[in-house]
Amino acid sequence: MDTFKLLKTLTETGAPSGYEEQIAPVVQELWEPFVDTISVDRVGSLIAVKNGRASEPRPRLLLAAHMDEIGLMVTQIVEHNGNGFLRVTNVGGVDRRQVYAQLVTVHGRKEMHGVIGNLPPHLLPEDRRDKPYGYEDLVIDLGLSMAEVEANVSIGDFVSFRQPLRKLQGKRVSGKALDNRASVAAVTICLEYLQGRSHDWDVVAVATAQEETRLLGAFTSPFSQRPDAAVALDVTFGKGPGASDENTFDLGSGPVLDIGPNVHPGIYKALKDAAESLEMSVSTGTHSRYSGTDAFGLQIARDGIPTGLVGIPLRYMHTMVESLDMKDVERTGRLLGEFITHLDADFIANITAAMMEEEKA
Amino acid sequence: MNELLKNLTEAVGVASNENEIRRLIRDLIVDHVDEWHIDAMGNLLALKKGTGASPLRVLVDAHMDEVGLMITDVDSNGTFKFEGVGGFNDRTLLGKVVQVGPDKIIGVIGARPVHLLKADQRNSVVKMDAMRIDIGAKNKDAVNGKVKVGDYAAFVTEYEELGKTAVGKAFDNRAGCAALIELLRARPFPFDLYASFSVQEEVGLRGAQVAAYGINPDAAFVLECTPAYDLPNEDDVSPNVALGKGPAIYVMDGVTIQDPRLVAHVTRTAAANGIPFQIRQPGGGGTNTAVIQRTRGGIPAATIAVPGRHAHTPTMMINLDDYANVVKLAEAALRGLTPQIIKRN
Repeated sequence: MDTFKLLKTLTETGAPSGYEEQIAPVVQELWEPFVDTISVDRVGSLIAVKNGRASEPRPRLLLAAHMDEIGLMVTQIVEHNGNGFLRVTNVGGVDRRQVYAQLVTVHGRKEMHGVIGNLPPHLLPEDRRDKPYGYEDLVIDLGLSMAEVEANVSIGDFVSFRQPLRKLQGKRVSGKALDNRASVAAVTICLEYLQGRSHDWDVVAVATAQEETRLLGAFTSPFSQRPDAAVALDVTFGKGPGASDENTFDLGSGPVLDIGPNVHPGIYKALKDAAESLEMSVSTGTHSRYSGTDAFGLQIARDGIPTGLVGIPLRYMHTMVESLDMKDVERTGRLLGEFITHLDADFIANITAAMMEEEKA
Repeated sequence: MNELLKNLTEAVGVASNENEIRRLIRDLIVDHVDEWHIDAMGNLLALKKGTGASPLRVLVDAHMDEVGLMITDVDSNGTFKFEGVGGFNDRTLLGKVVQVGPDKIIGVIGARPVHLLKADQRNSVVKMDAMRIDIGAKNKDAVNGKVKVGDYAAFVTEYEELGKTAVGKAFDNRAGCAALIELLRARPFPFDLYASFSVQEEVGLRGAQVAAYGINPDAAFVLECTPAYDLPNEDDVSPNVALGKGPAIYVMDGVTIQDPRLVAHVTRTAAANGIPFQIRQPGGGGTNTAVIQRTRGGIPAATIAVPGRHAHTPTMMINLDDYANVVKLAEAALRGLTPQIIKRN
């Protein structure tokens, strides 16, 4: 599978949180050849099951990679000079410093391309001149008359950012929505990795919905799927301009395995062991309170699920120029696959027992 | 799809580094002009001989440069510092894609992620000197000469048409260049028509000054793309024009009072030919008219412009009817231009 093509297909689809119906069919087409069942659940998460070879009832591992992305939503249609413009608000953690002069798609009665404009600073009220542009001034410009806009756009319509995935130097790429389609790609690579290998456990691959807003799929999919263990996959902060301090990771340095409250130490260790058996370099990431990922929801579903968290280093998170090294995506997929092939009937009992052992430095 | 606008806007030509756009325009006009040459500044000058019916020499100018960036330093982590070539609002640059140097190495301009910002940082504008261009090199060594100090960078936007409007980079002033190319491809004018695709407008109207001196015309028209601020706003934001209301005719800007006889001729021509037009609200700004007008003993000059929203961004927008009407109006105004119109008694 060509990783660039895979990422291009995934990132160039516009699907803000709550509008996963755009991306779910794309992921379904990618996963279908590798799994036994696949369907969309009641909140819009895509759930695919690849059966293990152990006899039933088999233990199940849930892999969660959110497929939604940050975006915008129409709050107001404004007329000026007979033209129609859209005021918007954010869906998820949009960096409003970066939205000016970006390309967008408005998902109205039909899909419409537009750009985000703003009056230049010297034409704004004085108290707003030295600040980043705010949603009170930014407008989506579709180049259409008020009548055309009103016929095709409603308040509440979703808006996605639009930027093709581009190759940078080496194996690095840049585009939008690599958060978190990079992880969806990694799950795809994992499922492909498992084709030629045997694994005891069922693998429940979930492309979760609405992570960027409230981790909706992370809470609901483990409830219905009753996994015995789970791993969340998400992007993590890459070292780079403006982000060179602690807990950031070099692009190309491999998957980041997290330690912290949202992670079961036994899953962390098993992921680390899998990396060792592949002789793959990985880093350890930390979160001291909550991880800001699907792991936060997965861990406390039903009576609790041992959960791990794997991160892919990414620069410029939540912008239209998110950048990563494709090698990290490929390694993450292989690492997960390897981890899965090592899961046996005693895995949960063993990691539970390990919690009673004396901790060694 | 207007292939001319597509090709011209997608080409690169940052002020003082107009090589690519200059070659492209030469290729586009070479079969339609009698002579062409490059002057000392890099202006592309062409002559389209007239029928001989009129003794005038007329210059039509369109600057071919665009705003861009220049690489000034490389950091140890392999990212690049840069400065603006031409006027920039810092807000325009964050989160954008650029193409750097003659090999068009793709780079992106990012910043510290919003998740890691303190509240006061979220509410401040990131200044250009705090931004870096990232080409994906692992470190300074990995750059390996692919990008060098002094390289120029331009935005990357694929031209697209949304019905009657077109989106792209550098409509300022490739829209003017496209219109001038269309004039050169028209049937001969009564007089010799000199075209100047001039350089360095964005850094102070530098090219047009020497082009006008060299050509020494009797009159000049400047074809431009002027900022349209017709976005929702209760206040008057003059100087202003609006998309879709026709060619914008300059009367006075920050540096020029356009030749009133030429302005009257242009508006009369528009009215007589049923071409919609709008007078650009007087106010700031400036075009090559400012330097052409002051060349030698003075040259009557006037500006006709395509209104463009979101100027100096990678996502400019023009109305294709406005563009077509600029071509129509410029051609009609030229064909109707007589020595009497610019004669002083």
